[in-house]
Amino acid sequence: MAKRVSASNVTAYYGGFKAIENINLTVEPKTVTALIGPSGCGKSTFLRSINRMHEVLPGARVEGSLTIDDQDIYDRDVDVTAVRRTIGMVFQRPNPFPTMSIFENVVAGLKLNGVRKKSILEDAAEKALRAANLWGEVKDRLAKPGAGLSGGQQQRLCIARTIAVEPQVVLMDEPCSALDPISTLAIEDLMFQLKDKFTIIIVTHNMQQAARVSDRTAFFSIEKTGDPGRLIEYDNTQKIFSNPSVKKTEDYITGRFG
Amino acid sequence: MGETPHRSADAGTGGTRVTQSHEWPAGASARVAEAPVSTRSPGGTGLGGGGALPRNRKFGAERAFRGLTMAAGTTVLVIIVAIAAFLIAKAIPALRANTASFWTFEGWFPNDNPPTFGIGALAFGTVLTAALALLMAVPVAMGIALFLSHYAPRRLGNALGFLIDLLAAVPSVVFGLWGRDYLIGPVSDLSVWLNKYFSWIPIFGGDGPYGNSILLGSLVLAIMILPIVTSLTREVFLQTPTANEEAAIALGATRWEMLRTAVLPYGRPGIIAAVMLGLGRALGETIALALTLGSTYAISFNVLESGGNTIAANIANRFAEANDTGRGALIASGLVLFAITLIVNIIARAIIYRRREFTESAA
Repeated sequence: MAKRVSASNVTAYYGGFKAIENINLTVEPKTVTALIGPSGCGKSTFLRSINRMHEVLPGARVEGSLTIDDQDIYDRDVDVTAVRRTIGMVFQRPNPFPTMSIFENVVAGLKLNGVRKKSILEDAAEKALRAANLWGEVKDRLAKPGAGLSGGQQQRLCIARTIAVEPQVVLMDEPCSALDPISTLAIEDLMFQLKDKFTIIIVTHNMQQAARVSDRTAFFSIEKTGDPGRLIEYDNTQKIFSNPSVKKTEDYITGRFG
Repeated sequence: MGETPHRSADAGTGGTRVTQSHEWPAGASARVAEAPVSTRSPGGTGLGGGGALPRNRKFGAERAFRGLTMAAGTTVLVIIVAIAAFLIAKAIPALRANTASFWTFEGWFPNDNPPTFGIGALAFGTVLTAALALLMAVPVAMGIALFLSHYAPRRLGNALGFLIDLLAAVPSVVFGLWGRDYLIGPVSDLSVWLNKYFSWIPIFGGDGPYGNSILLGSLVLAIMILPIVTSLTREVFLQTPTANEEAAIALGATRWEMLRTAVLPYGRPGIIAAVMLGLGRALGETIALALTLGSTYAISFNVLESGGNTIAANIANRFAEANDTGRGALIASGLVLFAITLIVNIIARAIIYRRREFTESAA
């Protein structure tokens, strides 16, 4: 239920603008990997390349190769919707479907996969909500609108929705940046539990968060505005935050720039 | 309600002197700076000074404005009441004189002595043509709108959207003439064909003549309401939050599944509103139907044979020849049309209201 993600020479464009260049990185199964770096350094672009969400934008494209367990996800014969089912994504702002109830939100992905049987959906919803540490809070109001929950609950609902389809990899794009500290803590605890089953890659601006939740950390940066983002250093989180080998990484994590 | 306008007046003028401008109308606070002492608190120490709080003003710009807006709001009510009173007052004598049943009699002879007329066939024709027009127009309109908003390249989408809006600007009499003189040919041929192979379905039965039929009228109507339904639903679809669309795509939805999961449910109240506006236009459409329908007074589901009539078309066709009772009868039919549109609107509101819990949190 968890796969290895490797990127080699990944370069991504928005039209004529090169956002990231030659990213090489391998993420081991059942680990949490944090992508950190200053704004505009391409970490979100890289994250969105991993489940082919980048190309949804008009004019956006990706070069290089990205594999999960040796299967090239950019292969011409690969069904792009299958890639996104295998590699789930949680967004910066909680985005439950506003017209759907809590229950419908959780099973939305399963329904897209053609699961119709009520009992299967109910079991899957409970399982996903329990895994997202939300079951206790919502089990009595599953028919209420998902958008009626608090921000932190909505984000956990979105996590439940993502893991309900049982992906191999879960991508999180600054999942806590719109949340208060207590909700953030809840999500961080959740990540800790989820990595038993999933490979997790998280983009975060919060360096304490990266240090707390991740096993490995990748530091992205740009030379100057308009330049493509590059991977500067990728190592064990402990090493990055205590004894980074690149000067620029040290400057960033000690707050000297960015 | 009493306090709110004062507070918003503060916000509008910057509210730098919070303690001072508190109870002041919007226009006045600029003057406070120049002459605070004399105008505000006689004998006081000026800005932020002590002394008794000034009394609420009896007259001022704030109150005057509130009165103006209230008058504007009341006008609507007055107009509605006036129209209703006029319709009812004119209709009652004609309805009294009517010797046939107003609801069930199939015919319209209010100028005869004794007058006989019935609304049944007209109301039926009105609802039937409008419903058929919606049935034909809404699926096409939603298809166009989805294509323009989510499939077409932006430039093509904008150009086509402009063309659609242009279609909405064509006067209805032009549609009517076009339908009567041109569209009638192909529709007659289609009617003959439908009658030949599908006459076992009652609506396609009958022996002709074909042409000025419900089918032609509702087809013209459908083309007329297509632009408004299209451009409104397109707006609605464009408003779907990107975050929701991306959520669906990230779950592995195809484009169509994304539309079904995120865009259509989100736009549901807007779609209903657009359809209801289209229906309103279809129910009230006058001249295009007066030109295309066969003007008969019979309740029939047959859509191919020449015939059919609607309340509005009947008013247009019969008004010139009408005497006093005839005019009263037409006005009575107008009242019925008014009632029909009212009921349609109430139903639409009820549909939107039913899932309000979901749509409100969506906004």
